[in-house]
Amino acid sequence: MNQFLRSLTPTQQVGALFLIIFGILVIISAVAFLLTLREQREGAHDAAWHAELKNFRKLLATSWFMVVIFWVAWAAGEGVATVLFALIAFFALREFITLSPTRRGDHRSLVLAFFVVLPIQFWLAGTEHFDLFTVFIPVYVFLAIPVVSAIADDPERFLERNAKLQWGIMVCIYGMSHVPALLLLDFRNYQGKNAFLVFFLVFVVQTCMVVQHLVTRKLKRPPSAPNVSKSFNWRSWFIGIGVGSFLGGLLSFITPFKPGQALAMAFVACVAGSLGHLVMKALKRDRGVTSWGKGRLSVTGANGLLDRVDALCFAAPVFFHSVRWYFGL
Amino acid sequence: MSLFLLGLIRLLTGAQARWYGCPPKAEQRIYFANHQSHADLVMIWAALPQELRGITRPIAARDYWTKTPFKQWITTAVFNAVYVDRERKGDEDPLQPLADALTSGDSIIIFPEGTRGNAEEPQPFKSGLYSLTQRFPDVVLVPAWINNVQRVMPKGEVVPVPILCSVTFGAPIKLEPGEERRAFLDRARLAVIALRDV
Repeated sequence: MNQFLRSLTPTQQVGALFLIIFGILVIISAVAFLLTLREQREGAHDAAWHAELKNFRKLLATSWFMVVIFWVAWAAGEGVATVLFALIAFFALREFITLSPTRRGDHRSLVLAFFVVLPIQFWLAGTEHFDLFTVFIPVYVFLAIPVVSAIADDPERFLERNAKLQWGIMVCIYGMSHVPALLLLDFRNYQGKNAFLVFFLVFVVQTCMVVQHLVTRKLKRPPSAPNVSKSFNWRSWFIGIGVGSFLGGLLSFITPFKPGQALAMAFVACVAGSLGHLVMKALKRDRGVTSWGKGRLSVTGANGLLDRVDALCFAAPVFFHSVRWYFGL
Repeated sequence: MSLFLLGLIRLLTGAQARWYGCPPKAEQRIYFANHQSHADLVMIWAALPQELRGITRPIAARDYWTKTPFKQWITTAVFNAVYVDRERKGDEDPLQPLADALTSGDSIIIFPEGTRGNAEEPQPFKSGLYSLTQRFPDVVLVPAWINNVQRVMPKGEVVPVPILCSVTFGAPIKLEPGEERRAFLDRARLAVIALRDV
């Protein structure tokens, strides 16, 4: 089996990977669909079970959506992939800004963020200008945004407003732009297989999050930071990280890493992703909302995209830079 | 053009319509909403479903929307707007264009504040809404709250910024028999404000 897989060209290998994932998703979806046909009997337990199933089907729909996006990104080539992630960053930033009150004076800075910074950052990623790509937002944009705000001549809550905007740019644009950048890293003997690296990152981080979520429900431990998150506790966090890293080690054969290195890289990505998610939860609490999408009263049109990609936004840059530093790329 | 504009508005603002209190239905209606930006008209136009967009005519301030050929073209060709003068000229009834539109069977969108507000709450409503209701008692009055539009394009800016906006449509209100003008207008205003927190 392994011999056969190795004999395939990189393109065929990635294609096979997608085939396997789509197959698994089809089976799970079919089972979930059949389960909904089960008659709903009396009793609170059964109702709860159905609610759980509904929740699970929602999660499944998200997974389908994400897998299809990754598939399109891979099938259409790196250029389209970069544009696709730029669009995701655009929508995520739109959600972020909607829930962070801005004033009139921020208008020009917002225009700058959406229509100048975002395209330039993704263009830098797409054209592999990795040196400038790394410092463009933290160094140059860091200065440009407050300058534009200051020229707008409105000192009211100046630091707070700018901090929010900088944060939105860092998380949504800078973080997200590292996913397509991963596709363009040049490893020796790894040409054409970079899609595996993105898959590795997403799969490991998502597994860590899902395991953490499931363990939390089973263990019912008191939350470690109850004011920020009702579910976060250290024990299930450790278990999530452990499972994610271990899985990363197992998946080393699809990455350019040795098993030990893959384990370490997965560990770094999981820690960054899950803690980033916690940080975003704190931000949401600060804004008085439970999720970036629906469920909140007066903000609509948002579908909670940011809730789904926030772990990735934090994990991708850390992962990218660890890999680049360690392998001297 | 109208499809392109629609796509652009969706991309920038989401332009989501939320129907609370009444379904989107092809009956003759007067939608009345809060007014914070010239883009309000565009927003509510984009939020209506395709079938209603064709039979609903927004009100546009003549002085602003006829200033350049492009604005004039877009309000007539795309929005099919009804122009009203914000300043009264001579004896002619400023509501006459609206009455004409209603007589011909179209629905209309009006902003009873008369002018754009910058405050949290809408300003007191002008009496136009009351007179129209008296003259067309069969037309259904639907309140609407437009959220966030002023952040997309504040006064004096040219480039819009992507921020999610929504239009909330509420339960229709009716002019009660014998209801005073001021009381009715205040009730209508409260119906609009109530939609802010739905």
